[in-house]
Amino acid sequence: MIRFENVGLRYGMGPEILRDISLHIPAGSFQFLSGPSGAGKTTLLRLLFMSLKPTRGLITIFGKDRARISRAELPLLRRRIGIVFQDFRLLDHMTTYENVALPLRVRGREESSYRTDVMELLKWVGLGERMHVLPPVLSGGEKQRAAIARALIEQPEILLADEPTGNVDPQLARRLLRLFIELNRLGTAVVIATHDLTLMDQVDARRLILANGRLDIYD
Amino acid sequence: MTDVHAAPPAEEDFERPAPAERAPRKTAPIVPAQNIAGRALVVVIAIMTFLSCVTFGAVTLVRDTASVWENQISREATIQIKPADGIDMEIALATAAGIASEFDGVKGTRIVDRAATVRLLEPWLGSGFDIGQLPVPRLVIVTINEESPPDFAAMRTAITTAVPSATLDDHRTWVDRLVAMAHTTVTIGIAVLALMLSATVMTVVFATRGAMAGNGHIIEVLHFVGAEASFIARQFRNRFLFTGMKGAAAGGVAAIAVFVAFSWWSSRNMATPQGDQAAALFGNFAIGSAGYLGVLMMVVVIGALTAATSHATVVAYLSDLEAGQADV
Repeated sequence: MIRFENVGLRYGMGPEILRDISLHIPAGSFQFLSGPSGAGKTTLLRLLFMSLKPTRGLITIFGKDRARISRAELPLLRRRIGIVFQDFRLLDHMTTYENVALPLRVRGREESSYRTDVMELLKWVGLGERMHVLPPVLSGGEKQRAAIARALIEQPEILLADEPTGNVDPQLARRLLRLFIELNRLGTAVVIATHDLTLMDQVDARRLILANGRLDIYD
Repeated sequence: MTDVHAAPPAEEDFERPAPAERAPRKTAPIVPAQNIAGRALVVVIAIMTFLSCVTFGAVTLVRDTASVWENQISREATIQIKPADGIDMEIALATAAGIASEFDGVKGTRIVDRAATVRLLEPWLGSGFDIGQLPVPRLVIVTINEESPPDFAAMRTAITTAVPSATLDDHRTWVDRLVAMAHTTVTIGIAVLALMLSATVMTVVFATRGAMAGNGHIIEVLHFVGAEASFIARQFRNRFLFTGMKGAAAGGVAAIAVFVAFSWWSSRNMATPQGDQAAALFGNFAIGSAGYLGVLMMVVVIGALTAATSHATVVAYLSDLEAGQADV
């Protein structure tokens, strides 16, 4: 589904942040992306999300060469990828329901066509009773689940999560992990960027370890 | 360690949250209607529109008044006949009036009779004097067709040939001076208007960009949920068009109110010395349909300018995001 071949990235004239990264993320796979702070996990996620262009190497996403994807095509391809940020990035003037429905709204769909789907998804992530609440009222865990629901509403082929458990207690982190596992069981490929070894030890999944700009893969 | 493909459903993993604090409401707009920056933008646009419209109205007023001055003076010419030995004044007046009225471009002539001449001189000579005892010049008013004025040189020659003591004053000197003054005034007014409009454009552009700065997170979120650039730009353009139009309409209405108030004041003071002075300088203080149309156009243009600025800001922001320059 996504393939990197000898990918390198540098910002401006600075040193290479990522060097000779080669990896393959198959459909329906589950993997952790780990490494010390500043190792380049977020940068690698941004490359996966096509928010950055590599300075060298080849990236193939959904069978297309990243270098040949036009600006007009990018939003259409991004719709096949869900992304969850560590800081949630929910819009404070919209309710939980409206935030989760946003990806469908920007595609011009009528609310009547997606209302049931959004409500069911919110119930599935345990926010059925909080759907008409504004984000400032939500707890950290609820915000994280709302952000995950927003990333999932379009049933993406791959979910990228950047430190999804960074702002929650260990108990809630385990619950969120089970949510990701359930998603993966339903067919979505999952990449979770984290430096929480305890979290990774709970699941038997592939590990992508970034250190000094290089990637080691432990299947 | 958990096997990835044998995990239980997640639903019951989360404790039952408290009931919803808010009832369902109307779907929120993607770009929020108002924030502090948005309100400040409305106020800035309203003030700049008001000043621009007042300047525009003032220029319109001066231009119309200058045109009235010019037309009123160029509408008439005067034949002055001085008393001389052996001249019968009444015959000379009739002769001069007759010659003038034969020229093309003359709509009519009117001899200022003795009584009217006495009234003209009363402020200087007092009442009750005998005009027959004084060597007072007499006047013939010639009404001119403004569209095709007569040949004043030929008329002057014909009149002075028949009546040597007559002179023809076509007011050309006054007209030329007034036209020059009116044109200078209008030119200065247009220059001030141009400066005012430039300042308005700059202020609106910078105020819009300032208001947009607080919306970067919305652009980013829309970008990350796969919204197309045109969709994001349209959301902001529509919101800022509304904001711009609202501010511009407030400024335009305030400017119109000022003109209506002045017009009302001048009509109320028409017979007073202050009113007459103001009317002599500025006409009747009405800016006319062209003035109101100009105010309307200014409201539309400023609204469009606000929308275009927000559109350009979104496009530039998205361009930075795509280039990996923005802080995401």
